[in-house]
Amino acid sequence: MAPAMSDIMTPDAAELARVAPGHGKAAAESVSPERDLFVGLTRLGDNTLILGHRVSEWCGHSPILEEDIALANMALDLIGQTQLWLGLAGQVEGAGRDADALAFRRDAWDFRNLLLVERPNGDFGHTLMRQFLFDAWHQPMLAALQGSSDARIAEIAAKAAKEVAYHVERSADLVIRLGDGTEDSHQRMQAALEALWPYTGEMFLGDPTDARLAEAGVMPAPEGLRAPWEASVTAVLAEATLVRPASAFAHKGGKQGRHTEHMGHLLTSMQWLQRSYPGAKW
Amino acid sequence: MYAQMVKSEATNEDPALLAAFQARIDAGEKIEPKDWMPEGYRQTLIRQIGQHAHSEVVGQLPEGNWITRAPTLERKAILLAKVQDEAGHGLYLYCAAETLGVSRDDLTEALLAGKMKYSSIFNYPTLNWADIGAVGWLVDGAAIVNQVALQRTSFGPYARAMVRICKEESFHARQGYHAIMQMAFGTPEQKAMAQDAVNRLWFPAMMMFGPSDKDSVHSAQSMAWKIKINTNDELRQKFVDQTVPQILYLGLDLPDPGLVWNEARGHYDFTEPDWSEFYDVLKGNGPCNADRMAARQKAWDDGAWFRDGLMAHARKAAARKMAAE
Amino acid sequence: MSNEWPLWEVFIRGQHGLNHRHVGSLHAPDAELAIRHARDVYTRRNEGVSIWVVPSAQITASAPGDKGPLFEPSNAKVYRHPTFYDIPDEVGHM
Repeated sequence: MAPAMSDIMTPDAAELARVAPGHGKAAAESVSPERDLFVGLTRLGDNTLILGHRVSEWCGHSPILEEDIALANMALDLIGQTQLWLGLAGQVEGAGRDADALAFRRDAWDFRNLLLVERPNGDFGHTLMRQFLFDAWHQPMLAALQGSSDARIAEIAAKAAKEVAYHVERSADLVIRLGDGTEDSHQRMQAALEALWPYTGEMFLGDPTDARLAEAGVMPAPEGLRAPWEASVTAVLAEATLVRPASAFAHKGGKQGRHTEHMGHLLTSMQWLQRSYPGAKW
Repeated sequence: MYAQMVKSEATNEDPALLAAFQARIDAGEKIEPKDWMPEGYRQTLIRQIGQHAHSEVVGQLPEGNWITRAPTLERKAILLAKVQDEAGHGLYLYCAAETLGVSRDDLTEALLAGKMKYSSIFNYPTLNWADIGAVGWLVDGAAIVNQVALQRTSFGPYARAMVRICKEESFHARQGYHAIMQMAFGTPEQKAMAQDAVNRLWFPAMMMFGPSDKDSVHSAQSMAWKIKINTNDELRQKFVDQTVPQILYLGLDLPDPGLVWNEARGHYDFTEPDWSEFYDVLKGNGPCNADRMAARQKAWDDGAWFRDGLMAHARKAAARKMAAE
Repeated sequence: MSNEWPLWEVFIRGQHGLNHRHVGSLHAPDAELAIRHARDVYTRRNEGVSIWVVPSAQITASAPGDKGPLFEPSNAKVYRHPTFYDIPDEVGHM
C-alpha cells in the first residue's frame, strides 16, 4: 500500500513512516513501553474524537433547542478530552506530531477507536443509545485510569471523569425515559439497542498491547470493565423496559485499525482542509 | 436585521389608554408582560421577536455546515460553541415571545408553514472555510450593531434577552475575525478564500439591516413604541464605518468599489445592495431557502417521537407518583 | 392534549452567598429535566453554583394595576433609609 499523498508531501515522511504503523506493518512493529503507551492513548483519544465528531453532526438538526444545546456541550467535552489524550500521545511519540496532526493527518488504519463510536447517527434514539452504551463503559474506564501509574494519564482521567459522570447520567436517563415513553419511542430504542449491541463486545476484548499496559499499571485490562458496564446497562435497560439482546457476537477490529466503511467517509470530511492545503495554519 | 421588514400593526384602542401607554414609553419605562399594551404593540413584538428567534435557529445551519470540516480541534470546538450559542439565543428569544401569550410550538409551526420569516442572510451558502470567519465577523458584527441598540427596547423581556445575547455575542465577532485573519495572513490559497468570502457576504450582510425605512409608516410606529431604536440606514452606516478599516487591516480588497471615505459626511460612502435580490430572497428564491426550510422541517418531524416520548414518560411518572402517595 | 413541553422559570445562584436570580425560561417535560436543561442552557459560561426551576404556570404575580397601592406607600417612609439622618462627621463612619 502506498503511503497517503500527504505523507509524501510531508518533509519528515521517512520519520512518519517509521513511527506510524502503516497498513500491514503493525506486525513488524517493535514492542516498547512508549509504543504501547502511544497506542493506548490514541485508543482513548480516537474514541472521544470520533464520537465527538458524530455528536457534532446533530448541531442544528436535533428534535428541540434544549437538546441542540445539550448535545453541543457533550461534543465539546469530547473534543476537549481528545485534545488532551492525543496531545499526550504526540508527546509520548516524540515525533513532533501534536493532537491536530494525529487527528487530521492519519489514515483510517491508524485510528484505534471502537467500531461503536463510528456507527452513523441513525435516528435520535440510535444516537442516544450509542452514547449510553459508550458512557457506561467510559465511566469505569476513566475511574480506573485515575489510578494509572502514569500521573499524566491519571490527571486527564480525573478531569474527564467529571464530564463523563454527567454524560452517563444524561444518556442513561434518556434511554430510560424513551424506553418507557410511548409505544413508538419504546420500539425505536429497542431497535437501536439491537443494532448497536454487536458493537459493544469489542470494549472488553484485550490484545497484547492492553495486557502489557495493564501489567505496567498504566491502563486497566479491558476485560475487567465488563462487570461494572453490565451492572449499569442491566439496571438501565430494566428500568427502560427494554429487552437485552441475547446474542454475544461481537464485531471487532477498530482498536487495531480495521474499521467499518463509515470511517473513511467520516475522515474524508473531517480531514479535508488539512489534506487539501498541507502546511497551512488555521 | 435579524428582524427585517416587520410590519407594525395598526391599533384602535381607547385613546386615553394609548396615551398613557405612550407616556410610559416616552418616560423610558419598560413594558412588562402583564402590563396593559395595545394589541398592535403585542402583535408587532410577537412578529419581531419571533422572526429574531427563527433567525437564530435557522442561523445554526450555514455555520453548522462546516462543523464536521473544521480544520483543527480548537476551531471545531470554537465553532461548535458558537453555533450552540445561536441555539441558546433562539431559545431566549422564543421565551421572550412566549411572555406575550404565544407558544414556541405555534411560532415554529408558523415558520415551517412559511407564515413567518427569518433573516435573509441565512439563505446564503457557506462555501469555503473563510465563510465561517466572515459570518462571525460580518454577519454577527452586523447583528451586534442592531442588538446593542435593542438592549434599550421598551419591552422588558426582549430587552433582557438582548442584554444576555450581547454579552455572549461579543466572542462571536472576535472569533470570526481571528479565523479570517489567520487566513488573510496565511498562504495565497487561504487569502483567496478570505477574499472570496468577503466579496460574497458583503452585500448580503448590508441587506441584513433592511431597505431604507425613511418613508415607512411601520417603522415610524415601531420607533415611537421603542421596539425599533434606530433607522435601518443609521445602523447600516454604523456597520460600514466600523467594518471598512477591519477589511483594510486584513490586506483584502474592499468588496465594493463605492466604499470611499466622505470627509464632508464623516462617513464612508457605499453602493446600495441590489434590493431586487433582497426581495427575491425574502420571497423564497435565495440560494438556500428551500434547503434551510427542509432541514428545519426534518428536524421538527423527525424529533416528534422524541419530544412526545419524553412527555409521555413524564406524565406516566407523575401518575405513578400520585398513585403511590 | 398538547404535547408541547411545559415552560419553566429558571433561577440561578451565581456565587456562594448570593440570592438565586431569575435568568430566563425553558421547556422541559418535568422538573428533573428542567434542571438538566437549565444546566446546559444557562450555565454554559460557568455562571452558577445552584439552580432552581419552577413551572411558569405556578408563578403568582402581583397585578400591574395594583402597583400604586402595593408600592407607593413605602415611598413615603423616607425614615427607613439611612440617608434620612444627618450624623456629624466627627462621630465617624456609621
